[in-house]
Parts: sequence; C-alpha cells; structure tokens
Amino acid sequence: MKVLLFGIAKDIAGAPVIQVDAPVEQVAALREYLYGRYPRLRDLRSCMIAVNKVYAADGDALQPGDEIAVIPPVSGG
Amino acid sequence: MDLLVEIKDSITVQEAVDFVESPSCGGVAVFIGTVRNQTKGKSVQKLYFECYTPMALQEMEKIARHIQQEMGIQRIAILHVSGEKLPGETVVVIAAAAPHRGAAFIACQYAIDTLKETVPIWKKEYFEDGEVWVAAHP
Repeated sequence: MKVLLFGIAKDIAGAPVIQVDAPVEQVAALREYLYGRYPRLRDLRSCMIAVNKVYAADGDALQPGDEIAVIPPVSGG
Repeated sequence: MDLLVEIKDSITVQEAVDFVESPSCGGVAVFIGTVRNQTKGKSVQKLYFECYTPMALQEMEKIARHIQQEMGIQRIAILHVSGEKLPGETVVVIAAAAPHRGAAFIACQYAIDTLKETVPIWKKEYFEDGEVWVAAHP
C-alpha cells in the first residue's frame, strides 16, 4: 500500500509518499510498522493516521485501495 | 451554498466578508490570523504552510457545518493559505454572520480553536539560524 506523509513526518521519511509492503491490516499495526521503520516518528507529540481523508482509530481496518496518510501534529492558523 | 471553505495561495478579508454579508444578518464577526514577526523572542523570517488539501477542506467544512447547525450562524467563510508567507501577511480568515452579534463572536472563536486542533495543515517557521515545524514535538 502507499502511504502519504506530511509536515515533519515527510521530512523524517525523506519522501512525500512511501510504499508499505508489510502485511498491516489495522491502523495500530501500520503505526507500529512506521515507528519501526522511522523511529523519530515516536518523538512527535502525536502521530495520527487518516484513512480516506478521515481520522482513523487504532482498531480500524485498512483495505486495499484506501488512501492512507500520516498526520503529525497539526499547526494551521 | 451558505458556507465557503477554501485553501489557496492568497486570501483577503474582503472576500470572506463579501461572502457572508446578508440582509438577514445584523452581525458579522471576523477573525484574521497573520504571520507574527517573532516566536519566543526569535525573529521569524517567513512561514511555510503545507496542506493535505482534500482532507483539510473536508475538516474545514465539518467545522463550518457544525457552526451553522448548532451555533445560530447563517453564513460562514473559512479561508486558509498554503505556501510561503511573510510577517504581516494574512494566513487565515474566518467570517461569521448571524442575526445578532453574540453568536458571530462565539462562532469565530470556535472555528479558529477547532481549526488549530483538527485541520491537517502544518506550519514551518524559518528563523535566521534554522527552521522548525511548529508544535511537532512535546
């Protein structure tokens, strides 16, 4: 699956989009995978996952074709 | 449509006010966010705003709809910039129109407070000696 990254998460990963080939089927599992691949994500104040442009909960399932994004702490305004 | 949410390179207060003004609304409140020239005593050179635009617009629309359905607001505009901005430039404008002023003031406060918590937009501050994503770390 492809995962979009923004803000400081994009800087940490070094790319605006990454390919994840690990078998992650839930939001919590994806976050743990990302923490393993990019340990500096753990240092952030928060690390939300959005699925199809909606904030997802840890137990939400990930389906093929979902638009998945890493949402570091927002700071608009 | 009686709500307007937009993200673009440049925004004006006037376009937000023009959108919300209505003969049935006796009160229009406006919040304007601009680039501050310093943070904790350090001079800010510029800001950069990155947006997950499709989701940000959806979250902004959620805020606008809540304000209309729950807070007595007839017309609302929420505008935000993307890209580079210099000190003094406008980065966010919220305008709310209601039959009476009280609801309009409350709606503007709710909109900016909620935007800062939920809308996927990120701000990087550039100083003379480096740059930092705002509020990223505890």
